[in-house]
Amino acid sequence: MNKNCIIAGVGGQGILTIAAIIDIAAIKHNLFVKQAEVHGMSQRGGAVESHIRISDSEIFSDLIPSGQADCIIATEPLEALRYVPFLKKNGMIISAQKPFINCDNYPEEEKLFSELKNYSSIIVDAEKLALQNGSIKATNTVILGAAAPFLDIPETLFAEAISHFFAAKGKQIVSMNISAFNDGLAYSKKN
Amino acid sequence: MDKELLLGAEAVGLAAIDAGISGVYAYPGTPSTEITEYIQHSPIAREKNIRSNWTANEKTAYEAALGMSYAGKRALVCMKHVGLNVAADAFMNSAITGCNGGMVILVADDPSMHSSQNEQDTRMYGKFAYLPVLEPSNQQEIYNLVRFGFNMSEQTELPVLVRITTRLSHSRAIVVRNNEKTQNILNPAQKKSDWILLPANARKNYAQLLSKQDILLELSESSSVNSIVDTSGDIGVIACGIAYNYAMEIKQMKSKEFGVLKISQYPLPLKKIKSFIDSYSTILVAEEGYPIYEELLPAYFPGTTFKGRLTGDLPRMGELNPQIIAHALAVDLGEKNTASEIVIPRPPSLCKGCGHRDLFTELNSILKDYTQQHVFSDIGCYTLGALPPFDTISTCVDMGASVTMAKGAADAGLHPAIAVIGDSTFTHSGMTGLLDAVNDKNHITIIISDNSTTAMTGGQDSAGTGKIAEICKGIGVDENHIKTLIPHKKHFEHNCAIIKEEIEYKGVSVIISQRECVQTAVRKKKQQKK
Ligand SMILES: Cc1ncc(C[n+]2csc(CCOP(=O)(O)OP(=O)(O)O)c2C)c(N)n1
Ligand code: SF4
Repeated sequence: MNKNCIIAGVGGQGILTIAAIIDIAAIKHNLFVKQAEVHGMSQRGGAVESHIRISDSEIFSDLIPSGQADCIIATEPLEALRYVPFLKKNGMIISAQKPFINCDNYPEEEKLFSELKNYSSIIVDAEKLALQNGSIKATNTVILGAAAPFLDIPETLFAEAISHFFAAKGKQIVSMNISAFNDGLAYSKKN
Repeated sequence: MDKELLLGAEAVGLAAIDAGISGVYAYPGTPSTEITEYIQHSPIAREKNIRSNWTANEKTAYEAALGMSYAGKRALVCMKHVGLNVAADAFMNSAITGCNGGMVILVADDPSMHSSQNEQDTRMYGKFAYLPVLEPSNQQEIYNLVRFGFNMSEQTELPVLVRITTRLSHSRAIVVRNNEKTQNILNPAQKKSDWILLPANARKNYAQLLSKQDILLELSESSSVNSIVDTSGDIGVIACGIAYNYAMEIKQMKSKEFGVLKISQYPLPLKKIKSFIDSYSTILVAEEGYPIYEELLPAYFPGTTFKGRLTGDLPRMGELNPQIIAHALAVDLGEKNTASEIVIPRPPSLCKGCGHRDLFTELNSILKDYTQQHVFSDIGCYTLGALPPFDTISTCVDMGASVTMAKGAADAGLHPAIAVIGDSTFTHSGMTGLLDAVNDKNHITIIISDNSTTAMTGGQDSAGTGKIAEICKGIGVDENHIKTLIPHKKHFEHNCAIIKEEIEYKGVSVIISQRECVQTAVRKKKQQKK
């Protein structure tokens, strides 16, 4: 077993939270993990990415070789498209639907989504589902839920990982995030 | 023992704590910052009373660590690659004094310049100073080699340099801990001639450093982190540091036959290299950084063809990755999707509500009326004033250079001569330049954009918080020309008037443009809630 995924988004969108929860779930599943992330300059509204690699055997490179990612998990559609050279030929894109526009020449949405359609992709209105669960802050857990079926880690371990990750913030935050995760998961299974 | 998922940087911090350090000394700098932060937040470190506050700059950090080592205790000093330039005088001379308690210098390089002005390779400094260098390839090896580095430092009585890079520092993997060592007792150095570098002593000490080179070489030859991993195929790879991971990745993925000699400790083990390259006519030298050894090896082994960054088989600059190594070994990784043409870059920008924004708006409005519109600036969040919509600043070279470059330009007759510098950068290395300007009675305007934090690197405490005006006064700036402003839309007219007045004042003036960083304010609020 061996999964490579790129997590992509804009600084401040919580991609490191998604990465951290996957890390915890993978360790609970007794897998090797490597996770490279971006700190520093790119965090002020710039593009941010994390490479996660999970495997049942030793992992060497911290970076995913190009063309070897099983999935791209993105909190924003332009950022999803940015990393397609990393995606395997039959790889999967899971992206939030809502663009994050903080630059002048952001591409036309129609073009963006039509390009994403060239790949196997699941585009989820994560913000809406998060709001239905009570907070826009859960947007990234919705996206994680939508990506979960492609990660080869039992779904129950994600719930445990979410509980672990948010434990310090109290029971309510934990249950909201689990519910948001489940909504993302359900959406993904339907589509 | 305990297993933890740690960033490479955190593995350094944990290893240093477990190695029994009594202090860590550092000035922030990506990608080294998280090392010190890990120690600052570690309950074990707190319990052990390990000293860990930020220092004013890398030179003060280095010398304090050397002082702790003089006193017999173990010390870690860490910095980003360019930080070693600032500490270079202390570094070079500490090779001549040697050390007492174990001393490890952890330098984090930034090949590809993800957040730096250059991609200098710290291994070069190791050679320059004749000090041993350790270059771990993964997070577990970081832990092991930092621990080993402290022992080696006490054994050889030399500071030991450990070099990591951005990829390793900012990537997580599982790390297994080893037994903790207790801290050394106070046991100050006794032999004065080791430490007083008068020429007569320095010559003796330097000769001693040179005579230790054979020992260092022997340690490299017998080191388990320098190892021949594979002798198959008809090309051999000398894989230094993290390059080892990429070579092994390609091997694992494509079951391709090629030789691998892993190198993580310098000076280079020449005997081991000889026994490895004897089986090959062609060797790829994969170095994450400068082609330092690719340049040297042909002189030692004239019969072998060496390929690498100098021959164009690897790119001349930038960090390595699996695709680059695969390409150099003629391994086909298969087809990949072409990049989308509609994807545009998304550069970082100043946060909404950041005080630097208001300052640049003010400066742009003032400079419209001048023919010369040069703003000497510096390193920090405010460097983003180089980008649209501001395009305000004209320079960003090295920390502190805004003040001194404005001074030099004023000497040349440039007016206005304006410097924009952050508070942390000012106390790092702007203060001495200000003294030069005061002594020369320069006609310059120094604007300190004071957000009470070191924001660029994630909001660490800034050494001069609350003291900036007093410092400037102490340096000799006329009190009437130290003005504090609040950069905000509602003060726009007032601020512009004051700045303009000070630009016209024929002497040194300092404007402190003071508003807390938005991100730091949010973080403080969150902490108060807890
Ligand atoms: C010699 C050196 N040390 C450290 C750094 C990393 N670094 C870049 S900017 C910066 C701090 C900037 O703080 P400040 O001047 O207060 O500006 P702010 O980011 O808060 O606006 C640091 C530590 C560097 N580039 N060079
Ligand atoms: S982090 Fe602080 S100083 Fe940096 S851009 Fe944001 S508000 Fe400004």
